[in-house]
Amino acid sequence: MAKKPSPRKSVKSGKPTARRKNVKAKTPEATNEELIEYYKTMLMMRRFEEKAGQMYGMGLIGGFCHLYIGQEAVVTGIQAALKDGDSILTSYRDHAHMLACGIDPKIILAELTGRADGISSGKGGSMHMFSVEKGFFGGHGIVGAQVPIGTGLAFAHKYRKSDNVSVTYFGDGAVNQGQVYESFNMARLWNLPVIFIIENNQYAMGTSLERASSEIELYRRGESFKIDGEMVDGMDVLAVKEAADRAVATCRQGKGPVLIEMKTYRYRGHSMSDPAKYRSKEEVSKMRSESDPIDQIKRRLLDGKLLSEDQLKKIDKEIKAVVSEAAEFAQNSPEPDPSELYTDILVAE
Amino acid sequence: MSVEILLPAMSPTMTEGTIAKWTVKEGDKLSAGDIIAEIETDKATMELETDEDGIMGKILVADGAEGIAVGTLIAIILEEGEDLGTISTINLNPREERIAENKPSEAQAVSAPINIVPLQDDLPEGTTYNNITVREALRDAMAEEMRLDDTVFVMGEEVAEYQGAYKVTQNLLAEFGSERVIDTPITEHGFTGLAVGAAMAGLKPIVEYMTFNFAMQAMDHIVNSAAKTNYMSGGQIRCPMVFRGPNGAASRVGAQHSQNYASWFAHIPGLIVIAPYSAADCKGLLKSAIKSENPVIFLENEMVYGQSFDVPAVDDYTVPIGKAAVVRTGSDVTLISYSIGVKFALEAAEKLALEGIDAEVVDLRTLRPLDMDTVIASVQKTNRAVCIEEGWISCSISSEISARLMEDAFDYLDAPVIRVTNEDVPMPYAANLEKLAVVSQERIIKAIKSVCYKGGDQ
Ligand SMILES: Cc1ncc(C[n+]2csc(CCOP(=O)(O)OP(=O)(O)O)c2C)c(N)n1
Ligand SMILES: [Mg+2]
Repeated sequence: MAKKPSPRKSVKSGKPTARRKNVKAKTPEATNEELIEYYKTMLMMRRFEEKAGQMYGMGLIGGFCHLYIGQEAVVTGIQAALKDGDSILTSYRDHAHMLACGIDPKIILAELTGRADGISSGKGGSMHMFSVEKGFFGGHGIVGAQVPIGTGLAFAHKYRKSDNVSVTYFGDGAVNQGQVYESFNMARLWNLPVIFIIENNQYAMGTSLERASSEIELYRRGESFKIDGEMVDGMDVLAVKEAADRAVATCRQGKGPVLIEMKTYRYRGHSMSDPAKYRSKEEVSKMRSESDPIDQIKRRLLDGKLLSEDQLKKIDKEIKAVVSEAAEFAQNSPEPDPSELYTDILVAE
Repeated sequence: MSVEILLPAMSPTMTEGTIAKWTVKEGDKLSAGDIIAEIETDKATMELETDEDGIMGKILVADGAEGIAVGTLIAIILEEGEDLGTISTINLNPREERIAENKPSEAQAVSAPINIVPLQDDLPEGTTYNNITVREALRDAMAEEMRLDDTVFVMGEEVAEYQGAYKVTQNLLAEFGSERVIDTPITEHGFTGLAVGAAMAGLKPIVEYMTFNFAMQAMDHIVNSAAKTNYMSGGQIRCPMVFRGPNGAASRVGAQHSQNYASWFAHIPGLIVIAPYSAADCKGLLKSAIKSENPVIFLENEMVYGQSFDVPAVDDYTVPIGKAAVVRTGSDVTLISYSIGVKFALEAAEKLALEGIDAEVVDLRTLRPLDMDTVIASVQKTNRAVCIEEGWISCSISSEISARLMEDAFDYLDAPVIRVTNEDVPMPYAANLEKLAVVSQERIIKAIKSVCYKGGDQ
């Protein structure tokens, strides 16, 4: 399999708290079952997002709709390292994170269509979805705002003396919000079990990383807060999983926080109305053809003779069926009852 | 299995589009992700990608076809081995609109504006008008002031190379260059504070917030730095700057992206707050705001960016800050509003005219300072007032008007002042709930009838 060297770099943050050993870039291992599982999860995300894009085009989904296509390996690899009781949260680009948490695609898609069966009763929309049961704390529309909140989830884990961790995802654009650094400081000051994941898809809307950031090696952004940082190939689910395992272990031992920059790429526009004139078609097609996270695993499965073309087709068919069923559900679910307008504003006491 | 390609909605407001060109031909092999056409939407030219592998079977709408409704069948992609002959079930009528079944309630639609021609006594005789959009009027105002004063600059997210998230700063980069049209990182608190510093040092920043929802990140610098410096420095240090961007409900973007902050800012001494409706007022007031020596909050509205109005074709057209305008004269009741609320008021007035109620409409235009003289003069004539506001009711601009009318015009009122506003809830995403949440014509008309004692509640 032709694979470019993974862009892995790491930084140790200096004396008092830099406890991590040097990272060795060995090829990550995975069992056959794991490989197949990652493949299915990522394919599910992709098919789901494609369907969401189509439904947006049909006017069934309104407002903004931010697709995760291209970035599937990041959340898939990280989620595989988590256990019950861990919490995660992210920005508005959140559909795949919810799928990774095991949330039923039907109620995600029904939220996107704004229907009564949606996970937020149709009142939140694509950017604002939550599931306490599955440890998913949103779905945040204000860039960067989820970072201190995720740090607070970690605070609660520590407060309760559990060994659970909080995974706080944010973008390469969000890294420039001041509250990110306020969070870094507190997270280290109080050694909170938070894993900061920068999903560096290289663009914040139409602004490339270089045009917005003085330090583009984002994994180094925690240095002056004594937070260890590492850059990982976010298109390679196995590399992601391996880094996530280490980060999770560090946090569970009470040695958090950890910062990981995931190098990734979004294939689609920022949201549905982005003409994406800020990058070339060649750039996008190069990423798609050379680094696609799903193709990488597919090739591994085929080359290793773990699955045949026919078996892969069957998987694809099964996933398409699940997504179609979710789409049916999301279109047929009724709109919320008008009385819902005035529910859930305050907790009734 | 063949796949039907329907013209997709490619922006929240797109209802039809133009097929600028097909980038593939019938018979071409496609793989998922390939661009098959370029489509012009209401905002931009977008590329249409296929999600499917296959073969372009049939193109049903020619290059250059305009006004194609969203949902129209425009092409068919075939699976390898399939041919068009085998799929007899497809209806090849290209213009057939295929409105998705179970479509949600129509989102709040923006009807065409009722044109407001500025009736300004001091316009030279024979003044002609250009019919331009609010978006263009705002851009022209900035461009003209930047030509007049080289200390004026624009900063914000995506204002330069992307031409503005809502295209309000279109072409400014080309004319003024990257030193005066500045793309910022996403760091509202930081760049707002930086702009305050630049203003203290004598420059004139125009700070664009992609929407005012994100100005919440910068609230401290607006309220504690910009608004108070002149006062705290005993008049030594000014903050001549404009904070502008879309404010108020947009369409289907949910609770964090759909709110009206007018009364928040209007609460603060040391700020000027402007929220115009028509393109002429947007242009004239934005120019006045940029010329002002004070910090000005300039609240725009995304839903009217694309609407066209007549704007006087005169040099350096300005509208004075702090002056309301009577945009429709009437004798039975005064409707008081601002921003998109003026549109709702005018529409209600037109409708009620058919039922014999003659409403006067006052567009406040500036919210701080409030031009109560104009409001009171109108109420002295009509003896009735209804405040209309696309925003929450508690502590609203409407609440302020209502209180001032009671204090200063009580003797002229024949009925209690009524406030008609959005529902007192965060903005829901669902189409039907959103429609219920936003101030509606029905409720406005009911309120007007009630203060006129004509078949309302009272
Ligand atoms: C405080 C704030 N400012 C601006 C926006 C508008 N906005 C939404 S997403 C976005 C770009 C964010 O980019 P990045 O953090 O890289 O995340 P990505 O979209 O690439 O996942 C911007 C500017 C916002 N939602 N919140
Ligand atoms: Mg990004």
